[in-house]
Amino acid sequence: MATVEFRVGRRPHITVENDICRSCTTKACVTACPADLFTPTADGGILFNYERCFECGTCYLVCNSQGAITWTYPDGGHGVVFHRS
Amino acid sequence: MGDQQGDATQGETGPDKTAPDDATQGETGPDKPATPNVTAGHFDAVVVGAGPAGSTAALVLARAGRSVCLLERGPFPGSKNMYGGVVYGRVLDAILPRWWEQAPIQRWVTRRSTMVMTPTQSVSVDVRSRRWGEPPYNGATALRQEFDSWLAAEAVAAGATLVCSTTATGLLQEGGQVVGVRTDRPDGDLRAPVVIACDGVNSFLAKEAGLYHHTDAAHFTLGAKEVLGLERTEIERRFGLVGREGADLEMVGCTGDIPGGGFLYTNLDTVAVGVVLSVHGLAAAEVRPEHVIADLKAHPHIAPLLAGGELKEYSAHLIPEGGYAMMPDLVADGLLVAGDAAATCLAAGLWLEGVNYAIASGAAAATTAADALAVGDVTARGLAPYLRRLEDGFVLPNLRRLRRVPDLLLSARMQSSYPAIVCNVAEHLFTVTDPVPKPGLLRLARRELAAAGVRLRDAGRDGWAAVRSFG
Repeated sequence: MATVEFRVGRRPHITVENDICRSCTTKACVTACPADLFTPTADGGILFNYERCFECGTCYLVCNSQGAITWTYPDGGHGVVFHRS
Repeated sequence: MGDQQGDATQGETGPDKTAPDDATQGETGPDKPATPNVTAGHFDAVVVGAGPAGSTAALVLARAGRSVCLLERGPFPGSKNMYGGVVYGRVLDAILPRWWEQAPIQRWVTRRSTMVMTPTQSVSVDVRSRRWGEPPYNGATALRQEFDSWLAAEAVAAGATLVCSTTATGLLQEGGQVVGVRTDRPDGDLRAPVVIACDGVNSFLAKEAGLYHHTDAAHFTLGAKEVLGLERTEIERRFGLVGREGADLEMVGCTGDIPGGGFLYTNLDTVAVGVVLSVHGLAAAEVRPEHVIADLKAHPHIAPLLAGGELKEYSAHLIPEGGYAMMPDLVADGLLVAGDAAATCLAAGLWLEGVNYAIASGAAAATTAADALAVGDVTARGLAPYLRRLEDGFVLPNLRRLRRVPDLLLSARMQSSYPAIVCNVAEHLFTVTDPVPKPGLLRLARRELAAAGVRLRDAGRDGWAAVRSFG
């Protein structure tokens, strides 16, 4: 994924509520995210990096726990920039 | 907001010059002066999203003499967009006559293959026509960064005000009537009697307006692809192309346990290869999308086409695969929805189209908005003719007629049973069995249906559903 340009904004446009994630049995986001940004932690939570996000929306669609993922678009001009797609 | 126009695209660059005919440089870039009709954040219309739907809407409104602000959250139009994909240009004939002389096209699709495959077999229907390589053309491969920037530049040339690097964060509403959008710029409210939401597959604006009655993950697929660099002449040799001819390969049976399909498109000196995956199926399979792409690339009948290709870009995007079945309400007081935001996407196997539906819906929304502004009724009632316009063209008739196809294509039988049956029957058909006499085709088919555990009754029902949709 080093091939993609990201103009990283200061504000994380997606946040993950770890208290909810710890009780999640599927954690579908971990494999479904095409940018591989959701990492399970030892305590059963989720470590999430917003910096290399494609802004696709798959994570909130597969999330089965209400409120676990708060999803917005990055601030204007920030985030992923495709050049050859 | 008016005095911020100059900032909107400052320091930003256009898309990479990956093709010789990048028509947009300098037109949407930082040197573009603010157009004269910017007046302290008040427009006749605000269009959110400078994709094919939004730029077409802005173009049509500007031509109707309306002041229109075209908002784009990316640094340049197309920077957030990816697709398979092919642009079918017939819809542009009336909007931009002889568009093919200006549009930043990579290759004209003269070869359309549909491949049904198992891990070790494939059967292809390979359709080729020279006519598709001559004006007025049929389909074209294009990079969205170039194509979307070109279309947005056409809107700007017609008088629209393009403001990039600006995210619409919500709707401005007064008494239930949409009267503009909030943006993430300081004092960034933009007021307008009409807002056209072309904000893509996630359309938070349509959701905020309550137009989506449900968001069911079953209606979405994830498209993920790699763009691989290859010598131009090598692409032409491998795919049997001459000059600007291009190939479009669509595949089924190549996504393992996940309902979906594969695709391969030739650009000028890159090849786009990727998969479309049911979001539900992807979550259930616990397989990473890039691994599904890797498996497809390693398929014995695909790998030789890609050998030596250098990864240039990996990208992913959601697709409103459900089309008609997931369409939101398309109008509210002061608001119209078009493009992927309205799920105007035709994912019907034989036909995989989206950009043309986005353009058509954007044009229909803008024409409706211009009429409504002229008579001073921008309520949902005043904007209702939008639906009739979509009915009169190809958008709603095609989407409705093919509304059952997305589910049919993602069904278990279509995904794994039928590809194996087709491949096995074809392989046996052409395997010479001497000294045993040849089996009849029907006997072969019946044997493979039974081996795959498909009942004749179910096969018949699927066949009938296909005939009803495609026939």
